[in-house]
Amino acid sequence: MNPRRKKRLIMTSGILTGFALATGLVLYALSQNIDLFYTPTEIVEGKGSDKQLPEVGQRLRVGGLVVPGSVRREGSGLSVSFSLIDVGPAVVTVEYEGILPDLFREGQGIVAQGTLVGANRIQASQVLARHDEEYMPPALAEALKGIQHVPPSQWQLEEGEDLPVNPFARDDEDQGSSGGSYDR
Amino acid sequence: MWRWLHPYAKSEATFALNQKLLPWFLIPGLVLTIVGVIWGLAYAPPDYQQGESYRIIFVHVPSAIWSMGFYVSMAIAGLIALVWQIRTAELALLAIAPVGAVLTFISLFTGAVWGQPMWGTWWVWDARLTSQLILLFLYLGVMALYVAFEDERAGGKAASILALVGVINIPIIHYSVYWWNTLHQQSTITKVITRFESPSIAPEMLWPLLVNIFAMMALAGALVIMRLNNELLRREVHRPWAQAILNQEKKENQNAV
Repeated sequence: MNPRRKKRLIMTSGILTGFALATGLVLYALSQNIDLFYTPTEIVEGKGSDKQLPEVGQRLRVGGLVVPGSVRREGSGLSVSFSLIDVGPAVVTVEYEGILPDLFREGQGIVAQGTLVGANRIQASQVLARHDEEYMPPALAEALKGIQHVPPSQWQLEEGEDLPVNPFARDDEDQGSSGGSYDR
Repeated sequence: MWRWLHPYAKSEATFALNQKLLPWFLIPGLVLTIVGVIWGLAYAPPDYQQGESYRIIFVHVPSAIWSMGFYVSMAIAGLIALVWQIRTAELALLAIAPVGAVLTFISLFTGAVWGQPMWGTWWVWDARLTSQLILLFLYLGVMALYVAFEDERAGGKAASILALVGVINIPIIHYSVYWWNTLHQQSTITKVITRFESPSIAPEMLWPLLVNIFAMMALAGALVIMRLNNELLRREVHRPWAQAILNQEKKENQNAV
């Protein structure tokens, strides 16, 4: 490599390294602000190294898993409340009036946007489903994880009735044969 | 060590190499696209919770992967253009940019169309979506910068620098879903390479997805090759080698008629 090319190569790498460092520092400084949502633990115990608690009345997003058995519908309207949890014991209750996304389910990850009305209560104006990175056919999901997904639009209102039939469940197939080698 | 690079500074050598490479991209690209789309859309099983809507993965994931892949190749062309001052590398950069921009747009558009029924929103300013939008702006910036200068070599240099600097965004896009809380799910198959984890997708969905990923690569690669050759011919239309090729094509066309 001749000296002029070498010089240019060193200069370009220098510029690139400089920009990478600058971007890295900016992102590090902003790291907490880039998060889309608070986790329930962060709302109860505080976020970041200085454990800053969100204030009551603050607009925020919270993301976590819907605690199984916590989904309550009030009357026959659209009002619904449920609890969110992440890793710890901290639980946050979300109250929402509106249409839930199709992926909503107990145990599913969701992100709710709204106002903090109590220490761990949120009045949500929008509920988004947070899909995970796993894809599998319905039969396999039932065999592997015992999940039979029913979109909220097909929930039945009366308590005590059987769950509606999942349109995607294929009972006629041998569940073990489809993708038995699937490695979770 | 870098000697092999030098012949391709000559336009005719690059043109000849491209002519040889083109069928190896174009034919597999077309065949795999047809196979992959039919396999993915008609024969792969539905997802346990998304139902049929998940099938957008067969377009979304390949375009998203190669929007980043082509950006890296564009940045490499930019590096070669800056350090070796090879003009064909500048033209390669110019050939890749619009193709990559279209791939980025496809990934953003299909993501939004999928996000509306699945997440409940078309768009959210989380780290993954925002960084991918920045990638689109980087592509557009490279294209705009190239033509913004009166002196073409100056434009090529500026575009190369932007392409090279923007490469920092690529790891940010990939790791955004691990570094920060995002609405976008984490990676399903690229984590095989970057995190040494097995893919979290059932094999009967994984195979058509892989076919579509290779199809997108080959098809977009063929587009880049054709664009680069057009550009080479256009720039050097008065040079003897280009004249020879054009005359030969003219003769073939006349014979065909």
